[in-house]
Amino acid sequence: MKAVFAGLLVLALLVPVAARAGSSPPHVGIVTGAGAHGNGLEELGASLFAANCSSCHGALGQGVAKPTRGAGGVVGQGPPLRNVGALAADFYLRTGYMPLKDPRVQPSRSRVLFTDRQIRALVAYVASLGHGPAIPQPQPQLGSIAAGQKLFTQSCAGCHQIATEGGYVTGARVPPLEDASARQIAQAVRIGPYVMPKFSSTQISATQLNDLIAYVQYAKHPDDRGGWSIGRLGPWPEGLVTWLIAIGALVCVCLLFGKRLRS
Amino acid sequence: MTKLKDWLVAGGVLLVGRRRRERRPERQRIVAAGAPNRRAENVLLLLFFGVTLAAAAFIAVYALDRLSNQTQWLGLALGGSFCLLAAACFVIAKHLVVSEELAEPYPERESPAAQGEVEQIVHESGSRFTRKRLVTLAGSGALGALGLAALVPAASLGPVLDTDSLYTTPWRKGRRLVDEAGKPFVAGDVREQTFYTAYPEGGDRELIGAPLVVVRLPLEEITEPRRSWAPHGIVAYSKICTHAGCAIALYRTPTFAPTQPRPALVCPCHYSTFDPADAGKVIFGPAGRALPQLPLLVDREGELRAAGNFSGPVGPSWWGVRMGKARS
Repeated sequence: MKAVFAGLLVLALLVPVAARAGSSPPHVGIVTGAGAHGNGLEELGASLFAANCSSCHGALGQGVAKPTRGAGGVVGQGPPLRNVGALAADFYLRTGYMPLKDPRVQPSRSRVLFTDRQIRALVAYVASLGHGPAIPQPQPQLGSIAAGQKLFTQSCAGCHQIATEGGYVTGARVPPLEDASARQIAQAVRIGPYVMPKFSSTQISATQLNDLIAYVQYAKHPDDRGGWSIGRLGPWPEGLVTWLIAIGALVCVCLLFGKRLRS
Repeated sequence: MTKLKDWLVAGGVLLVGRRRRERRPERQRIVAAGAPNRRAENVLLLLFFGVTLAAAAFIAVYALDRLSNQTQWLGLALGGSFCLLAAACFVIAKHLVVSEELAEPYPERESPAAQGEVEQIVHESGSRFTRKRLVTLAGSGALGALGLAALVPAASLGPVLDTDSLYTTPWRKGRRLVDEAGKPFVAGDVREQTFYTAYPEGGDRELIGAPLVVVRLPLEEITEPRRSWAPHGIVAYSKICTHAGCAIALYRTPTFAPTQPRPALVCPCHYSTFDPADAGKVIFGPAGRALPQLPLLVDREGELRAAGNFSGPVGPSWWGVRMGKARS
């Protein structure tokens, strides 16, 4: 029986249960100005930006190139937001990537503290800072999963894995795409958050983007024909499970047969 | 038709066994007679019936194409039939075959005299050979040649003596860069923070030296003396990793350079990481030499062309890889 227990232990170590990213704590708290609820959307956006974003992105969204101590003693450093547009602001705020506690860490999905109205106000404010792209409206229901898989293999699977489970590249984590909405995928492709390359509409057109999103949404819940998906990590864990379970069973059978000789 | 009928009748007769076999004349028993065990026999029959049933179920499930969870039912039916078969073997071995345990001592060591005798016999049996050493040599030669013949197909793994072909690439000065659809690259359309795959115009794309990865960086970030190879900061490298020959499919590009890792070309197989701003030097990973860079120039139409050949041999490394230079 020892062998079986050892096998189960190894299994438990090999098949990590991915924690739901959505429940992870927010990077940092937010500040809402007094009476901010009563103001118009424009004014609300400006006050929220000044309180929560300006330490790193500058008072006018011009960016902070060298680490500078800003409001509340926060050492800020960050890229300019002049021409990023509503597209990037909506992506970073709705994924909980921003606000970020430390500019040197990789932004990751976390609980969003801003309300929907506050986000809309901030997005409108950032969009008003320059001329940037608007929030995309992808239509994955029009996309082809097969074409999307081909595109995903060519442009995305190197980092995100063909099963959209994410992984690692040198110097960064690659997030899994299970919590990414259609709009967020469309935004990420155009922005290239953190170290991801960005893809212009000449490289991946709006139609191809629909295909891509259709595939990612399919890959979140594929029909596991074999039954147990084992994290969809590929042949390695599958082979290990087969070997450990099959060998355990064979050892048990051998012990059963061998009993007669020992007695 | 009549033939089929004959076969069927013959098969039926064989199966049922109409004619009883003649009884063998009584001989002295070797194995002691065991007590009949009707219960175990019944269990065995039941198990065999189960095997038949499970096998039939497999066929049925296989035929029912639209069954939900078909894979699982198939596995259950086939696995079940194997388990029942194993159980049947178990019952036969444990309860139905007459068994006895016999202890037999190890044989005494043969006398050394007899062993010497065998040696002598072997030696003397060779008395018909007049040229023993020649025959031994010829025999070893034959077996050696056979062994060599078995090893020769390994030569197909790559050139052994003449590695010249590994240095040739389809690139030469003036050759245009085209994309997958054969469209030339216009320098003004190549953007920063993204990556492109390029091929030689009119060249064989299957050659290991053909595919390029093209990226654009701020010109001032590119280190001398390779800055002249990069018009407008556009650099081109071989897409084949110098470690094991995988395609370099990852481009790490920071959105905000001061707080994030440098831009890098990364191979997804073993994470060899190359610096596109600094002559493709290895930053991380198992690759042993820099990624070969292709010098570029922009022609009068603003299109990208090769300004020469690669800075070094392309493809995975082999012995002596550093001894030659890439040729057209």
